[in-house]
Amino acid sequence: MTEVTMNVNGRKVTRSVRGNELLVEFLREQLRLTGTHVGCDTSQCGACCVHVNGELVKACTMFAAEADGAEVATIEGQANADGSLNVIQQAFQDYHGLQCGFCTPGMVMSAASLLKDNPKPTEEEIRHHLQGNICRCTGYHNIVRAIMAASGQETPAVAAE
Amino acid sequence: MPKDHGIGASSKRREDVRFLTGTGNYTDDINVYGQAYVAFVRSDVAHGRIKSVDTAEAAAMPGVLRVFTGSDFEGVGSIPCGWQVTDRHGEPMKEPAHPVLAHGKVRHVGDPIAAVVAETLQEARDAAEAVMADIEELPAVVDMKAAVASSDTLVHDDIGTNLCYDWGFVEDNREAVDKAISEAAHVTTLELVNNRLVANPMEPRVAVGSYEAAGDMSTLYTTSQNPHVIRLLMGAFVLGIPEHKLRVVAPDVGGGFGTKIFHYAEEAFCTFAARALKRPVKWTSTRSEAFMSDAHGRDHVTKIELALDKDHNFTALRTETYANMGAYLSTFAPSVPTWLHGTLMAGNYKTPLIYVNVKAVFTNTVPVDAYRGAGRPEATFQLERVVDKAARELGVDPIELRRKNFITEFPYATPVAVEYDTGDYNATMDKLIEIADLANFETRRKESEGRGKLRGLGINSYIEACGIAPSNLVGQLGARAGLYESATVRVNATGSISVMTGSHSHGQGHETAFPQVVAEMLGIPEDMVEIVHGDTANTPMGMGTYGSRSLAVGGSAMVRATEKIINKAKKIAAHLLEASEADIELKDGAFSVAGTDKSVAWGDVTLAAYVPHNYPLEDIEPGLEETAFYDPSNFTYPSGAYCCEVEVDPDTGKVDVVAFAAADDFGNVVNPMIVEGQVHGGVAQGIGQALLENCAYDETGQLLSASYMDYAMPRADNVPMVTVDHSCQTPCTHNPLGVKGCGEAGAIGSPPAVINAVIDALQSGGHTHVTHIDMPATPNRVWAAMQG
Repeated sequence: MTEVTMNVNGRKVTRSVRGNELLVEFLREQLRLTGTHVGCDTSQCGACCVHVNGELVKACTMFAAEADGAEVATIEGQANADGSLNVIQQAFQDYHGLQCGFCTPGMVMSAASLLKDNPKPTEEEIRHHLQGNICRCTGYHNIVRAIMAASGQETPAVAAE
Repeated sequence: MPKDHGIGASSKRREDVRFLTGTGNYTDDINVYGQAYVAFVRSDVAHGRIKSVDTAEAAAMPGVLRVFTGSDFEGVGSIPCGWQVTDRHGEPMKEPAHPVLAHGKVRHVGDPIAAVVAETLQEARDAAEAVMADIEELPAVVDMKAAVASSDTLVHDDIGTNLCYDWGFVEDNREAVDKAISEAAHVTTLELVNNRLVANPMEPRVAVGSYEAAGDMSTLYTTSQNPHVIRLLMGAFVLGIPEHKLRVVAPDVGGGFGTKIFHYAEEAFCTFAARALKRPVKWTSTRSEAFMSDAHGRDHVTKIELALDKDHNFTALRTETYANMGAYLSTFAPSVPTWLHGTLMAGNYKTPLIYVNVKAVFTNTVPVDAYRGAGRPEATFQLERVVDKAARELGVDPIELRRKNFITEFPYATPVAVEYDTGDYNATMDKLIEIADLANFETRRKESEGRGKLRGLGINSYIEACGIAPSNLVGQLGARAGLYESATVRVNATGSISVMTGSHSHGQGHETAFPQVVAEMLGIPEDMVEIVHGDTANTPMGMGTYGSRSLAVGGSAMVRATEKIINKAKKIAAHLLEASEADIELKDGAFSVAGTDKSVAWGDVTLAAYVPHNYPLEDIEPGLEETAFYDPSNFTYPSGAYCCEVEVDPDTGKVDVVAFAAADDFGNVVNPMIVEGQVHGGVAQGIGQALLENCAYDETGQLLSASYMDYAMPRADNVPMVTVDHSCQTPCTHNPLGVKGCGEAGAIGSPPAVINAVIDALQSGGHTHVTHIDMPATPNRVWAAMQG
């Protein structure tokens, strides 16, 4: 076992981890941050996307020990300080960008990473960026629109087409 | 002006807040104090005789509590099948046993042989590696036609054949159909494959069994679309636990698409092991395990023949289908290629004579069962492909050929045993032509050609039978279950409402849409209504969510229960207002006496029901809670017309879907936003089937596509924006909401549109010899087809 310390959603945590313990296991099992999901075992689905030191990371691709000393952000830390949904989260609700909700935390984390680097992405850029996040419910239509809306770009209202 | 609340409003989904903040409660998020973990040892061969399973080394490893094998389940029931099909000779289908853990033989890659329960998941997995199964590998049955042609290799030795049933429908029509086809002016024939798919909800299956010895109470937390069905199947047929000693809980469910309907061995195992060990036992499927243990979908091989007279009227239709059952009969597997498929072969057309033959076949593959659409996509794909091919052969416009044969008068009794209540297929086709801007297609084609691409246009109609289903009818057809739905409307003292339902959302937004219905009926705000679902302990017996049934059947139960509430509340209001009950009106959340200004608020009536001081106790009971069970009198028949435009790269065969439009008739719509989202998702799955997805086995029964590295899920850059319209509305005539269901339409209607478009593109490029390409139309297949 190795002791690691990291800052998760602004809170310093120190825990013992197994050498082969994945970051996603650490978040879900040790910290009980169960918003980060596991949808595959080949790092394809993106349900476990988090931010490590500001970079988008699939938390199944990294050992917890590798995140020692890191700043980690998960879906649980994304809402505004008053608890209300942040701009991206609110856009996902407004534009019906989620159905079963299982891929959603990864989608929101992935979208946040995109908009940090590219504040006004085109539809094509959004779709390209989301290649690593699989959604089985929405057909991506409303996810793309939600991200367009979150970036302040015009997109038709839901159910008004 | 769109409505902002109640029926017809795009109310924002209340469940989204927890899903967007990481506070959803999916089954894998549940840990029961003291739980152990199970790792299954699964067969890595498709077919083999189990000579021995040596568990000694594994049992001695750190943390291992017990290693279970098939012999531990003697006296435990077989995983049951919920539907018995009778074949064309009047014989019941072959129904082999399906043990919880394999016994005697393994029959598919992934068949569980042993299960190791340990203190931690890592210990369970490590010890599972040490279980030594000595298996004599046998030849595998993979190809369906070969499986039926010879009995040399049998998946189930005791039934003496690999043929589950040979079903004919309508058997009495067979000779007349043969005659009509032999005498037809034109016959179009098509042989095609409906590719095997894996549903792949993003949440893998999970089961947590627990047992409280003092009360002899078992609880199963599971990823299920229908917890009551699991309780009944597992309790009554497998483990022998009566319902009052078994609770099944399905919390937030991360997608299902049918694959979470069925009762699975892992559920029974965890419940059984928790009782044996007096410890909670948890199993979380990996994605690789999901590919080899979740029921698969589709996998039909079909020959279809369409006969036309000289005026292009359809005169007869004959199909022969081989339907893969896999190694065991999954819960509803036998119904999919029969009653959910044969009954849809009329489609939108007035073909007078239809005969459907289906041979269901056991193979050494994962069991196949319902996947989004379930039988109806298979029917639609055959029919809409053969109609398109006929149009090409006859040199007529595919839309006009469809219009010529559309059913236009309702109700319409098809020759395949169902009666369509309403529909307007010309209206949805007209709407499609408008929203897809077909008038300018040739301009777009020239623009594509200018870039070196072949552009194709694919059109089709579809109809589906939803709102599953009238219990007495499906009982006659072999269902071993009723298919009603239930609702309890519990009005609380202060007027808020809890609605308990047997339906269960796995992404459809029930917590938002159902309150829209109840609130509209009572004239109160939607946020005064809460939906309770997913737990057998606090919901009435109901059959769950699949077959586009939740609103049409479950919503109707809510309407009936709410009507009972209104009737009783009016009695209470009449007493409070000292008026006749017949004069009481309910409007905007208040009861008033007709023609007067006397009224009493909803909350005053509900309070009186629970604090009955001034109350007609001699006439009515206190309290305000009503339950209704709703059993539909017919299926519902959503229908529509879909259009796909593709661009094909003639150098590589790569197909891009560049436009897609869907004009649906769902009858009345409660939440347009949710309905449109359902269509978007269904269309993406249909495009996935048509172009990307394929569950592949090699000739030895090895599963070649057991991860997302090999199974091509549609990703954001594989699918276009989808233009949707549901303004053509012919309300269902037999349920109180006039709704038809929308969950499966997209997946049913879209595959033929895509393939029709690919064929059109290739034909436009001079590849006139290409009349069909099997799904998925991968670059390799399309390029090979172009080469002739």
